[in-house]
Amino acid sequence: MIRLLTALAAFLLGGPTLAETVLIRNATVHTMADTGTLEGADILVRDGTIEAIGRALAAPAQARIIDAQERPVTPGFFGGLTHLGLEEIGLEPTAEDAALKLGTMRPEFDVALAFNPDSVAIGVSRVEGVTFAVIVPTAEAGSSKAPGGTIIAGQGSVVALNGGAATDSRALFLDFGADANELSGGSRAAQYMLLKQAFLEARTPKAVLPDDQRLLTPAGRQTLLDFIGGAGPFVFDVDRAADIRQVLAFARREKLRIALSGGAEAWRVASELAAARVPVILDGLEDLPLGLDSIGATLENAARLERAGVDVAFTMDSPEPHNVRKLRQTAGVAVAHGLPWDAALAGLTRVPAEIFGVADRFGTIERGHRANLVVWSGDPLEVTSFATHVFVDGVQQADRSRQTELRDRYLERVRAGTAR
Amino acid sequence: MRWLSALLAGAVVGCAAQPATQDTSSKAAALPVALAAPYPSTYKPQPSAPTLIRGATVLTGTGQRLDDADVLIAEGRIRSVGRNLEAPADARIVEGKGRWVTPGLIDVHSHLGVYPSPQVRAHSDGNEATDPVTANVWAEHSVWPQDPGFTTARMGGITSMQILPGSANLIGGRSVVLKNVHATTYQGMKFPGAPQGLKMACGENPKRVYGSKEKFPSTRMGNVAGYRAQWVEAQEYMRDLAEYQRKADAGEKDAKPVKRDLRLDTLAGALKGEILVHQHCYRADEMAIVLDMADEFGYHVSAFHHATEAYKIANLLAEHKTCGAMWADWWGFKMESYDGIQENIALVDAAPGGCAIVHSDSEEGIQRLNQEAAKAMTSGRRAGLDIAPEHAIAWVTANAARALGILEQTGTLEPGKMADVVVWNHDPFSVYALTDLVFVDGVVQYDRSKRGSPESDFLLGQPAAPGVTP
Repeated sequence: MIRLLTALAAFLLGGPTLAETVLIRNATVHTMADTGTLEGADILVRDGTIEAIGRALAAPAQARIIDAQERPVTPGFFGGLTHLGLEEIGLEPTAEDAALKLGTMRPEFDVALAFNPDSVAIGVSRVEGVTFAVIVPTAEAGSSKAPGGTIIAGQGSVVALNGGAATDSRALFLDFGADANELSGGSRAAQYMLLKQAFLEARTPKAVLPDDQRLLTPAGRQTLLDFIGGAGPFVFDVDRAADIRQVLAFARREKLRIALSGGAEAWRVASELAAARVPVILDGLEDLPLGLDSIGATLENAARLERAGVDVAFTMDSPEPHNVRKLRQTAGVAVAHGLPWDAALAGLTRVPAEIFGVADRFGTIERGHRANLVVWSGDPLEVTSFATHVFVDGVQQADRSRQTELRDRYLERVRAGTAR
Repeated sequence: MRWLSALLAGAVVGCAAQPATQDTSSKAAALPVALAAPYPSTYKPQPSAPTLIRGATVLTGTGQRLDDADVLIAEGRIRSVGRNLEAPADARIVEGKGRWVTPGLIDVHSHLGVYPSPQVRAHSDGNEATDPVTANVWAEHSVWPQDPGFTTARMGGITSMQILPGSANLIGGRSVVLKNVHATTYQGMKFPGAPQGLKMACGENPKRVYGSKEKFPSTRMGNVAGYRAQWVEAQEYMRDLAEYQRKADAGEKDAKPVKRDLRLDTLAGALKGEILVHQHCYRADEMAIVLDMADEFGYHVSAFHHATEAYKIANLLAEHKTCGAMWADWWGFKMESYDGIQENIALVDAAPGGCAIVHSDSEEGIQRLNQEAAKAMTSGRRAGLDIAPEHAIAWVTANAARALGILEQTGTLEPGKMADVVVWNHDPFSVYALTDLVFVDGVVQYDRSKRGSPESDFLLGQPAAPGVTP
């Protein structure tokens, strides 16, 4: 009884509940795996794991039953490339940890060490069906008074939105193109020059001697070597078609596994991306020439890429962490502009999980996998739908956040006419 | 990384409002040069044939939903809305089956044209951040009509919008209301007869911009002292003008004309209610201070913009007949927006007499105000509030028109109003909805079935432009 009360209290106060046995009945299950979409299916979750998927599963004695009433169940959604848990409040230096401003190239910079699983934004995003995200470093330009970052922003990692620490999955993030000109001496040509030197230092440490001409520390050389060896993907933030071609050529020469983020003009290079099997993590809302590298921005970017055989995942253009919950809307907009619905859902689930090497835990609903899944009130890409049940690693998450607390406090006052 | 400049522009620059004055009233004669509508609108809708939209689901903007209904447009005006309307012989017929019709959407908070795309340094024209009070500047004199964002906003159903100076300043300047039609000059877009607005800003932006330069103001109390000093001056200016007028009328010899002051012209216009006050303000406590200040100096705040804490004082706002212009879900991008919630719009709406508006402050958000309204409606319903689409559509049409002082001309589908009309391919409260046709004053300004060359001169002839599918 005490255990039950403790669990109940944790649930009500926003903490995760204990892992329990749950049978989700009669759902439309979008597995995002080989099994496709299953109508009228049940999902049995026990000990944090998906034990069975199928019709009319027998309910274990202790199982809690959730009747989905044929509503959609999907894998938990991706939150994009974000500062979630790295930036509690914008414009406040003490509340931001995503940008390294030492003025030196430090691939060993790893934002996972700064990740705060208690960030309010995590709970706010989780109740909307987001269960995993990739936290990313950001390179900011310096000034005459203070140093900034470099074209290698640093390492990011996958996080689960369940109050735990960052996972071991790592990726290396690089800024290329016009937005990074201030990080590379004023020219994008120098971005390749600097990266080439960094690779040379990492691969042949004895060949580069004078300390004052080195870009990397010993730790940085080791980190870069680890990634060259396959520790995780290189993610290039790049928009202009010509730059994408240069990045593809660089990756081919260096035999790197890469992904693109941004990619406003990626559709113009779609067949080359498909041939190189390079996925694109894009903002489905980009359709204006916000910068001169994005003259070709179009809402059909995702659709055109998918048609050419490129894997597409979604992110917001800004890593600002507070709008993570808006990501599924951007996928819906991509559908309105030609992307098949299943591909849009994949861009929020399976594709990002595969890019970042966590497909065994996130992105699909499969027997034996951890139960990261969401029951939706309706079409999960639709702006009038919402998450009704959110599971991370088999644990149903509370449907409360700081924002629901604020809502409930003031809803009563508005009703009473005393909100003043 | 574009997001950085966008964020800074949004955060530092925020909002402002200044519609174009088309004041023809005689009371303006008290001012030295009078607000005699300089820089007049040259916008004149092209003549258009009558149009009958037949058998659609119509949200009128007045709270009504009509199924299987017709909308008749003639001479640029809404002629009638109802069932089985008779089409004039020369009418264009638009088959409405399966489609939805709404009033043209109105965004009360946009920086299109003053922070246009591409967001290059040379285009940063939205904040005269060289003095905390720049009531003398007019946003319309910064508007670049070739901003491609006007086109994409129209594709999202936007037919009118208020272009504001940024929010770096306590008093940022005058706003302008534009019709969303393509023109070579901004005068060709200017909404005929719309009042101008005055953009003011609370909180973090002014005190950060000037405090970081070791200038006044650097605190919130400094902000309020800064506004009040301006209103005091404006009152003195108005007294001097009235005194001069009295003496001149009486033929007194010592009648000495008052030197005209562009800054005080604007502030006097606001105190007289000819220029509508739009104030960027996030926190509930600061909005309450501003309402007290408006009482102190005898003016009205038309709307608080952003207002992420409006829900905390929803009843107070309703009692002051002040609208809240808000986002569906933005929050946390600075300290003063930390308490933003998704039910904000619905709660402001729920207060008796409340006036809720969905705004964008974004070249992206302005393209999807219908979806923003849908999200806000959904959040309200989840909180137990009964909100139908025919009610929520007013958040992006009628209520926005009210705050801009143009409700008599547009914002609903009532007969006699400007035929600013959107035909949607289905329910606009859906992520999948697209506009099929956008009418401004009865003229088709967007037709999804037609693809032509880019409207903006900037995009014309660019090899990378995305118009053609490869």
